Order: sequence, then structure tokens, then C-alpha cells
Amino acid sequence: MMLRSWLLLAPLLAVMTFIIGWPLAKTVGVSFTDAKLIGGDVNWVGADNFARVLGSGMFWSVVWTTIRFVLISVTAEFAIGLGAALLLDQKFIGRNLLRALLILPWALPTVVNATMWRLIYNPDFGAFNALLTQTGMIDSYRSWLGEPGSALLAVCLADVWKNFSLVTLIALAALQSVPRELHSAAVIDGAGPWSRFRAVVLPYLIGPLTVAIVLRTIEAFKVFDIIWVMTRGGPANSTKTVSMLVYEQAFSFQKAGIGASVALVMVLVSSLLIAGYVGLLRRQGEFR
Amino acid sequence: MFTTYRSRLMQAIVGGAVLVGAQSLGFGALADTTLNALFMAQAAYSEDNVRAMTADFEAANPGVKINLEFVPYEGLHDKTTLAQGAGGGYDVVLFDVIWPAEFAENKVLLDVTDKVTQEMKDGVLPGAWTTVEYQNKRYGLPWILDTKYLFYNTEILEKAGIKTPPKTWAELLDQAKIVKEKKLAEYPIVWSWAQAEAAICDYTTLVAAYGGSFLDADGKPAFQNGGGVDALKYMADSLEAGLSNPNSKEYLEEDVRRVFSSGEAAFALNWTYMYNMANGDPKESKIVGKVGVVPAPGVEGKSEASAVNGSMGLGITSTSKHPDEAWNYIAFMTSKAEQEKFAKLSLPIWADSYSSPAVTGGQEALVAAAKTSLGLMFPRPTTPTYQQMSTQLQQAIHAALLKQASPEDALKTAADSAGGGL
Repeated sequence: MMLRSWLLLAPLLAVMTFIIGWPLAKTVGVSFTDAKLIGGDVNWVGADNFARVLGSGMFWSVVWTTIRFVLISVTAEFAIGLGAALLLDQKFIGRNLLRALLILPWALPTVVNATMWRLIYNPDFGAFNALLTQTGMIDSYRSWLGEPGSALLAVCLADVWKNFSLVTLIALAALQSVPRELHSAAVIDGAGPWSRFRAVVLPYLIGPLTVAIVLRTIEAFKVFDIIWVMTRGGPANSTKTVSMLVYEQAFSFQKAGIGASVALVMVLVSSLLIAGYVGLLRRQGEFR
Repeated sequence: MFTTYRSRLMQAIVGGAVLVGAQSLGFGALADTTLNALFMAQAAYSEDNVRAMTADFEAANPGVKINLEFVPYEGLHDKTTLAQGAGGGYDVVLFDVIWPAEFAENKVLLDVTDKVTQEMKDGVLPGAWTTVEYQNKRYGLPWILDTKYLFYNTEILEKAGIKTPPKTWAELLDQAKIVKEKKLAEYPIVWSWAQAEAAICDYTTLVAAYGGSFLDADGKPAFQNGGGVDALKYMADSLEAGLSNPNSKEYLEEDVRRVFSSGEAAFALNWTYMYNMANGDPKESKIVGKVGVVPAPGVEGKSEASAVNGSMGLGITSTSKHPDEAWNYIAFMTSKAEQEKFAKLSLPIWADSYSSPAVTGGQEALVAAAKTSLGLMFPRPTTPTYQQMSTQLQQAIHAALLKQASPEDALKTAADSAGGGL
């Protein structure tokens, strides 16, 4: 039985080893060398690259920016996503249309979304400036992506707009699994809306939502494309994330060795998040 | 019905098989050579220009087909090196004046020194060759001869009572102040100071004007002293005084063109291509016929005018399997006839062309400015690690413009980390 399972798994394992294991092993190898992307001799430098990366102010600065991006985006996506799911779980006319429309931002390619938001934030004719000036919230048009104070928040908003619907979809699916009788019973017992949410709905939501948050955290930690298109890491590096540092070192500066070592630090963090994710899945399995 | 369908299917299969067979028997030997070429869709020759020039080449060279690919300037360097790192892909690439050192050291481009003809040596402007040279070898042919000019809105200047455009950078601020006070433009000057190479080009123009330098004789950073600091101070001060558009910090060249062409700015620093788009194309501009152009100003006692070398060349990659065809293509694209035919968005590399009516007609002001500016083009540093140095300088410029550090401190930090850092 055991042998047959492994035999059946073998083709998949072979493919995974080839497309995941081999590049990963190669990256580990490169991270201990001074390899350049093109040309030049390759020398073994031991852990020098890692020492340089961990000792550099730039590395910690981009780590901090990435953490802020993750915290802001994922928290907002969670809050808005859950709120939207609770609304869409109510019965009203046009609900199905809204549910279908909800997928639209998530289905848009990130580059399209980023370009669209660049236009929305445009300091001369952007809709965001128009909205805020017309509602009297600001006096004159501003450069949202040109100021370090607002650039990261502006990028986060664009990311939230695109990704909150994933949380909504998962939460909505979970909400549908809450038995209606439980709701009715709670109402009869005199439970108010908050107690009903906490005692009846939340236990059904917590598992799927945790999965959604962990998935979004892993994704947000790797963020590259949306920021690359919107700000290219500027102004004054205020939106530069770890992935962008990897790209800059490996491809713009051709320092494949340094790029690989930053990438491996990222892999380590992602692995920890994935370990947490697997742990959560296991625990949920035990509950059922 | 079914029979007809089946017989058609059979015909198609047999026909296809015959074709495949014919090709494998050698009838395909006359097939085209296809070259892959990488260009940019930004400033200088437009995508339409490049396609038209390439169509001319294909018509004159049956059997050679060119596959064109366009990327924004910001993607050009990385796309080229990535393709090369992956074993090639392009035969011909457009490269910036700042890359030959890196591309030569890493053997990205073929050394074409021996292919350059006497006619080219005699006819091309001497300054243009610096675009493709590294350690006395030539790694392609110069194609886009470009620098940044000072453009001005003649109507605004007239209303402001300004008779002649500024000759010095200080005078530019004085004139901008008049324009602002008379409420003819909220922010009279617009620049491309996004955290990108565009900001370095504007900065370089100012460094040239203030008599600064990027590297000293030993190749060590020198921009943190003298003219290098004065240039950055000028940029920061003009922002502080409300004379430069604050959005310049997120603008690239196309944003500058848009703002200037909409009549919102009195002055703009930009490449050659903006002249005919802003002055002659009503679809692209609200100020057609009201655009003046002069060389970028100088600094009293230091320089008469200033210019950055923003030229670009066409090279053949070392991985190309068709270097001869690729050479024919770049020789054609840079030929006098072709460059004179498309001289509206980019000026030719050929000395003779500047007296040819085909080039000067309708753009006398631009050609007059070019005659001064092209002779003054100031180079950005020639070093194989240019990309890294440029990135550090871009960060320093932004730190100063955003008042996170003084110009002196920002440039000192960049100089200290040059070549080091990560």
C-alpha cells in the first residue's frame, strides 16, 4: 500500500524536484559565490554575501517597508473583505450581480490594476484628487505617489482594492455553511446581532479566514509588480520592498550572488509563514 | 455533407504534408533570415518611425526579416542583460551611452571597430562616436544623437514681458519668478525628477553648467563637492521657491511633455523629440507654434550653456547568429538617407545633415540650438558599475528634493557608499 502510494506520487515528485528543487538548489549555490548575471569568473565567497546583506542598512530598510506593506494591506483586506462578505450574505435584490462583480478586481492582471491606479493618483488630472477636492477634503491636487508620506499608503490602497475580494469570496463561502437553524435558535434565545455573530457565525468563519489571511500574507510579502509599475520603489526608496531589492541586485546590478542571498532570506521567511499555514490546516483537520 | 467535409479535410492534410515535405527537402533554404531587435518606445524616434525605417530596410533587403520589440526605456537595460544571461534572443539592441562599459566588460555586445567604414568615420560627428566607445573600441553605431534642451512657451514669456529666453540658470529662476507673480503659470518650470535615470540626466545638465564632475582622476566619486553640490542645491531651491513643479518628483519625460504641451508650464527641460510634438502636432499639444527652444543655460563665470550626453547606439549582441545581417541593418538604420528622412523626432548623427534643408526645414530653432548643445554634451560616468552608481545618485537626489537630507549630506552618503553598500 505504502509502496504503491509512493509509486503513484513519483511522477509528481520528479516534476516538483525539477521545477522547484533544482532552481532552489542552484540559488543556494549561487548565494555563496560572487557570480554575476553575465560574464566574469565565479568565486566561492562563503557566507560573505549573507553577512553583507544582513549588515546593510538598505536591507533592513526594505524589510521594514515590506512589513508595513503587509500589515496595512492584509489588515485592510481582512476588515473590508469580511465586511463585504457579511453584507453580501444578506438577502437583497441584485445580490448575485454584486457577487459576480466582486470578482472583477481580483481577476484583473496586476499590471493593469497598477496602471489604472497610477492614473487615478495622477497629480494633474487624477480622479482621486478630483474626488477629494470636490468633497472638500483637500484644498488642491497633490502628488500622492511623489511624497514618501503617502506613496506607500497609496500603493496599499491599490493592492487592497484588488485583493480584498479574495477574502470576501472565502468568507462568503464559509458564511453559507452556517446552518440557518442556529441563527433562528439564537434569535429565539434573545441573542443580539453581535452575540449571534460571535457565538454562531464566527466559529464557522475562523478557519477559512485564517487560511485566507496566511495566503494573503505570503503573497503580500513577495509583492513586486504593483509597486514596480506604480512607483519603482520611489520616492526616496519609500516603497522599495525586499523583492525589488532582489531584482535590483540580481538584474540591474548583475550581482547574482547578493541577489540570491537576499532571495534566500525571503524564502526563509516565506517558509515560516507556510509552516504556520500547514499547522493551521492540521489543527482545522483535528477540529472536524 | 459529411463526405465533402471529409474530403476537404483530406485535401488539407495532404496539402500540409506536401508543404512540410517540400521544406524538409530544402525548398525552405531560401527562407528568410529573421533578426530580433529590441528598441524603446519612449522619446526620440517613435515606434512608428522605427517600424517605417525597418520596412524600408526589409524592402531593400529581401530575405531578411526584422522582428521588432519595444519596451519602455526603464526596461531596456534589464531586458538586454536578462536575455543575454539566458543565452541570447536578440540580434540587435538599442543601448544607452552609459552602458558600453558594462556591456563591453561582460561581452554583451560585439566589437564592431573593424566594420566601421571610412565613410562613417569621416561623416559622423566626432562627438557621436563617444556613445558607442569604450577603451578605444566601438561596440555599435551611434543612432540617436540627443541632449536635453530648454523649451519655453513663447506666449507666456511675451505676456510676462520677457524678451529673450534665459542664458543662465539663475536667470531662468528670475524669469520663472516673473511668470509666477503675473499668475501666468502656477509652477513655471517642469522637470523629470522621478527616481529614475531621467533625474540623473537633468542633474548632469546642471553639473555640467556648474563645472562639476562625477569622478576624479582616480575614478573616485567627486560629485559630493563643488559643482555636483551646486547642481543639487539649485534643484532643491527651485522646488522650495515654488518655481519648479513639485510633481516633477514623480515625472518622467513623457509627463514633462504632457504638462508643457498643455500650456501649464513656461519652461521645460526635455529631449529633442518634444520640439516637433509640442510645436507641430495639434493632436499632442495645445501650444502649437508657441514653442521656443534654446540650449540649456549656463552659469555665469563657469559656462555659456550646458548639455548632457543622452545619445544612444545600435549594437549587435555577441550571441547573434547573424552578425552580418545585423550589421547591415544597423548600418541602414544609421545611414544618412534614413536619418534625414526621419529627422523630426531625433536629429541625425551626420555632420552634413545639419545644413541639409531636409533636416533644417521647419525646425530651424531646434537645429540652431543643437549646433551649440551637441558640441557641449557632458558624459555621465563611464564605469562598468554605472547602474549602481546611478541608483545611489537617484536616491541622493530624492533625499535632497524631499528634504530628508541636505544636498551636501545626501551626496556625501551616495559618494561614501559608491561601489560598496550591498
